[in-house]
Amino acid sequence: MMSYSDILPQLFDTLKPFTKEGFRLKEKTELVAELGLDSLQVMQVLLKIEDQFDISIPLNNLPNIRTIQDLGQEIEKLLKG
Amino acid sequence: MSLFDKFLPIQEARNSLLKSGVNPFHLTVDHILSPTEAIMKGRTTILVGTNNYLGLTFHPDCIKAGQEALAREGTGTTGSRMANGSFSSHVELEKAIAGFYGAPYAIVFPTGYQANLGVLSSLAGPGDTILIDGDSHASIYDGCRLGGAEIIRFKHNDVADLEKRLRRLGPRSRRTLIVVEGIYSMLGDRAPLAEIVEVKKKYGATLVVDEAHSLGVLGQHGRGLAEETGVEQDVDCIVGTFSKSLGSTGGFGISFHPEFEFIRYTSRPYIFTASSCPSVIATTKAAIQIIQDHPELRRRLWTNAHQLYDGLLQSGYTLGAEVGPIIAAMIPTKELALSMWQELLENGIYVNLMIPPATPNGECLLRCSVSAAHTEKQIKKIISAFSTLPVATQNLTHPSHVQPEAIIN
Repeated sequence: MMSYSDILPQLFDTLKPFTKEGFRLKEKTELVAELGLDSLQVMQVLLKIEDQFDISIPLNNLPNIRTIQDLGQEIEKLLKG
Repeated sequence: MSLFDKFLPIQEARNSLLKSGVNPFHLTVDHILSPTEAIMKGRTTILVGTNNYLGLTFHPDCIKAGQEALAREGTGTTGSRMANGSFSSHVELEKAIAGFYGAPYAIVFPTGYQANLGVLSSLAGPGDTILIDGDSHASIYDGCRLGGAEIIRFKHNDVADLEKRLRRLGPRSRRTLIVVEGIYSMLGDRAPLAEIVEVKKKYGATLVVDEAHSLGVLGQHGRGLAEETGVEQDVDCIVGTFSKSLGSTGGFGISFHPEFEFIRYTSRPYIFTASSCPSVIATTKAAIQIIQDHPELRRRLWTNAHQLYDGLLQSGYTLGAEVGPIIAAMIPTKELALSMWQELLENGIYVNLMIPPATPNGECLLRCSVSAAHTEKQIKKIISAFSTLPVATQNLTHPSHVQPEAIIN
């Protein structure tokens, strides 16, 4: 089973194309506030991540996902079932 | 920092709209003249953004039924059906809508919004899952939230994505509600219902179809997409509204499952609201009879839809891919859409201006909804007004969508 430490580098790779040049992604990077993603881009990122990890992230959980760390922990939780 | 400070950005956005002349989201109809005409800003205006698909709002049978009910039963019910009791007309309307669908169970609600809130929140609760199309109407989102089920969105009209998400749910797919719409309100496209039914059966899920924009519009008898697709018996529940093709207000749910009847006892939007007033019930019932007795209204609607769609296409607009009563012209920017919307209004044409976040894929739309009551002359006038606007004259088509040539070919 994939753990948070396995998930994190994969998330960095997936988010890189959505990041401005020179910006360094960290666990505490805020997806909307720091990456400047609009609602459409957030949906695109989520669709990509859902397919990458073969999961569905419930809309109910989205308000609690602010940082890359939050997203990684959510993925870990969903993979555990 | 007060609670009211959060409204400041909205105030600024509203003020900038006002500077440009008129606020498209707070427009007043000075005087309504007919299903297709009104006085707006002092001039006679053709209405092509009302969802009045069959043009029944001024039908003499509906008006007569409403007036008689008003005189006979009074102005309102002053309470909920559970607390105050139902008027016999509420029960008769439920029988009428159930009879129209050939279904044994029906519940009516004061609005279409509440029908979705009431049915969806009752069907799926904590521990259950709801799979909704990404382009779903706000009432579907809100109904899902009210019930407390886990909500998962699938890609708009993408059956492969829906199936993938059902597979991911494993055994939980049997406690999953799938919600789709007959015709989607923004671009006018339809759900691929036959394929969705197959997937629903394969995974043992439950299916609700919202026929708000397809009731009276699709199917041999006007029952909507499920009828047109021939899958009515495979759909677990249909929800809809009386406020579009039936020209009234209110909403309903129908089902073949006997358990559906118990939604009355679990649905907060049914229990804790005043029931529809007698005149509204009466006009709705009359309208249900009219759509059964007059299939020619539907034929006229489709003739008008084809005429407007073809005319806008030939004028150089990029439109939604499916011909139907909802015809949305895609405009490259918000600013251009607003100025075109205003110019149309000044030329006596009222359409809906739709901009993000209310639209799919961040689109800016000039959305038309055609009526059976539009005359050929009115449709020509609408096309003529559109054809003089900058998108038509400069051929500024939207880059990411079906181009006119692709549709013609």
